[in-house]
Amino acid sequence: MNENLLTLNQLPIGSIGKVKQLTLDGIIRRRMLDLGLIHNTNIKSLGKSPFGDPIAYEIRGATIALRSEEASKILVELIQQKE
Amino acid sequence: MELTSQSTGMAMLKEKFEIEIESSNDIVIALAGNPNTGKSTVFNSLTGLNQHTGNWPGKTVTNAQGKYIHKEKQYILVDLPGTYSLLASSMEEEIARDFICFGEPHTTVVVTDATSLERNLNLVLQILEITDKVVVCVNLMDEARRKNITINLQRLEKILGVPVVGTVARSGEGLKELKDTIEKVACGEIETNPKKVIYGEKLENAIKEIQSYVENLIGNKFNSRWMSLRLIDRDNKLLKSMNDYLDFDLSKDKVLNKKLESINADFEKENFKLGDLKDHIVSSIIETGENISKEIVIFENKNHNAIDRKIDSVLTSKIFGIPIMIALLGLVFWITIEGANAPSDLLAKVLFWLEVKLSHAFKFLGVPNWFHNMLVLGVYRTLAWVISVMLPPMAIFFPLFTLLEDLGYLPRIAFNLDYYFKKAGAHGKQALTMCMGFGCNAAGIISCRIIDSPRERLIAMITNNFVPCNGRFPILISLASIFIVSSTGIFRSLTATLSVLTSIVLGVVITLFISKLLSRTILKGLPSSFTLELPPYRKPQVGRIIVRSIFDRTLFVLVRAIMVAAPAGLIIWGMANTIIGDASLLTHCAQFLNPFAQLLGMDGYILMAFILGLPANEIVIPILIMSYMSKGSMLELDSLAEMKQLFISNGWTWLTAICTMLFTLNHWPCGTTLLTIRKETQSWKWTLISFLIPTITGIIVCFIVAQSVRLFG
Repeated sequence: MNENLLTLNQLPIGSIGKVKQLTLDGIIRRRMLDLGLIHNTNIKSLGKSPFGDPIAYEIRGATIALRSEEASKILVELIQQKE
Repeated sequence: MELTSQSTGMAMLKEKFEIEIESSNDIVIALAGNPNTGKSTVFNSLTGLNQHTGNWPGKTVTNAQGKYIHKEKQYILVDLPGTYSLLASSMEEEIARDFICFGEPHTTVVVTDATSLERNLNLVLQILEITDKVVVCVNLMDEARRKNITINLQRLEKILGVPVVGTVARSGEGLKELKDTIEKVACGEIETNPKKVIYGEKLENAIKEIQSYVENLIGNKFNSRWMSLRLIDRDNKLLKSMNDYLDFDLSKDKVLNKKLESINADFEKENFKLGDLKDHIVSSIIETGENISKEIVIFENKNHNAIDRKIDSVLTSKIFGIPIMIALLGLVFWITIEGANAPSDLLAKVLFWLEVKLSHAFKFLGVPNWFHNMLVLGVYRTLAWVISVMLPPMAIFFPLFTLLEDLGYLPRIAFNLDYYFKKAGAHGKQALTMCMGFGCNAAGIISCRIIDSPRERLIAMITNNFVPCNGRFPILISLASIFIVSSTGIFRSLTATLSVLTSIVLGVVITLFISKLLSRTILKGLPSSFTLELPPYRKPQVGRIIVRSIFDRTLFVLVRAIMVAAPAGLIIWGMANTIIGDASLLTHCAQFLNPFAQLLGMDGYILMAFILGLPANEIVIPILIMSYMSKGSMLELDSLAEMKQLFISNGWTWLTAICTMLFTLNHWPCGTTLLTIRKETQSWKWTLISFLIPTITGIIVCFIVAQSVRLFG
């Protein structure tokens, strides 16, 4: 694993990452792709739910909540720190 | 082997898809779109009240159909499940894809959300691959304007090669143009030239290799380019559907298989695996959508979602998220309880005044006494109770709840609670199905279709009954108001609200506990993946909410309750008036049940009312009142205070009330719900389990509460 990459759930709230790799298979992988999470897609971490998991993300203009099980298998490159 | 056209067309629509076609001139329109695009609003606006919704409105989980007349032709509109894609990774996607593909509607309308067009284009592009007869409806144009998003619809139309119509379905803007455009596409007046996604050299070459062969096999019924792509992608679900609907099995074609194998071998050689292929297909579609969006959408305000984010940061915050959720629910119940009081009393007075008049009329006509008693004291009185107790709270609760739904708050509830559902091994969307259960558990069961994983769907179905439905709220509210609360005025309704709220929180806790128990025992497994969209908050449409919640929900539930209450009133009257030995049949039954009921803190009459209330929970209290009254302690009953007197004179204490409330929350689902479970699971075994689990829970909970209070109290 590339050292500059972090898993999506590690992406600090308010910052933006670029999708670099999906380590998911099968239907889940396809579902993530269908959401628009393809290579080099920007994704912003918006906020945690009251108990910390799931986390809401902005993906191509939509707000999508993902559990840590899935988010931890999406590798992103941090491209913009929290404003 | 070649595909004949006999098995397709109208007959197919009628038989396999159960479309209610009246004449061969009818025009069938499919309505597709992402969830939360206002697709249902478009559907409702086009069809008015002229629709047949087999399911609970609000969440389209099965095909709903509606009709409208335009220029003297009848259009049948089929509302497909909302999906983001058609690549069939879920049941909803499969239903939508199969209808567009094999149902061969005259036109498919794709409803899209103007505020997030890029994402919606994914589905649009996929549908354009399947069929030429498409109209793209860009809805929520008002929301886009409010957020300063400009969309060049003419340009979009040019790029997509099919007509594009901008609409604001809730105000009716653009709907006439939409109808005109649908007509023109359906009858071929507008020729379309749909945009095709280009997939890169490798895949395009592979498509070329089999496309003409595939075209020979399937004729011009289906788009051969799309079919070739699906074949190369090894989409076995599509082949299975094709076999199911058309009795045509492409997978047995030897030549085709050989061609596909050689394509696979070529891919292998270039180290291009099937998984890569799938990624490549999806990515190409998404990228095409992205490029189109760049060309036609201008965001004048980069932070157009800032207000939504601010609201979310409060409603889903660590500190306020859960308290606000409970407070909102409490507010809904408080308004319901406080608001329903006066109209309930008024209705009761009017209906019982009418009862007296009816009795006079019967006497005047010289009708035999037993006949009068049976109809007036049996049937009419039960109906009067059901209506006066149920109608006012429902007429207040349903619009309020629909308001929360319309605002977009329900997905936030699922978001807030998901952590615990995950811990319980359940699906995050179970919280949504529970919300639906507040209205009616049968509707809650149907809404479980939004959960893909069969294991988690079963958990959601079995536990849905722990959410008190609208038939059970009146029991909880009235018992709480008369027994737990002694004060009067505003505090009375506040404490009653608190009691109901406590029951619901308890219901949620039990749901989580039982879900966890199920995932550890008979429904073992790990939680499956899920994604939850948090749609933008929307300005609610108050007028529409009131009309729809009254017509679709309140009247629907009320009519169902009345249909059950009338015969139930007759039966209970019969039981109360059949004297065997020294007591009525009713008393005999109650006495038989009494020892067991006492263990649970109730009495035989209460337990019997629950048993006789199996068809519908709404009639439990009326049955109970009738049973007590038939013992001759009281004749007229038109207020809660008198109901309290009646219950107290029959030995009720606050413990009886608590245990009855607990048993209301935890007992078998009503008949309609059980039949719905049977229909959805196709299994008597799971229906039985859904019956037993809440019942056993109720027995255990009531037993523990009753015995410990007696022991220590």
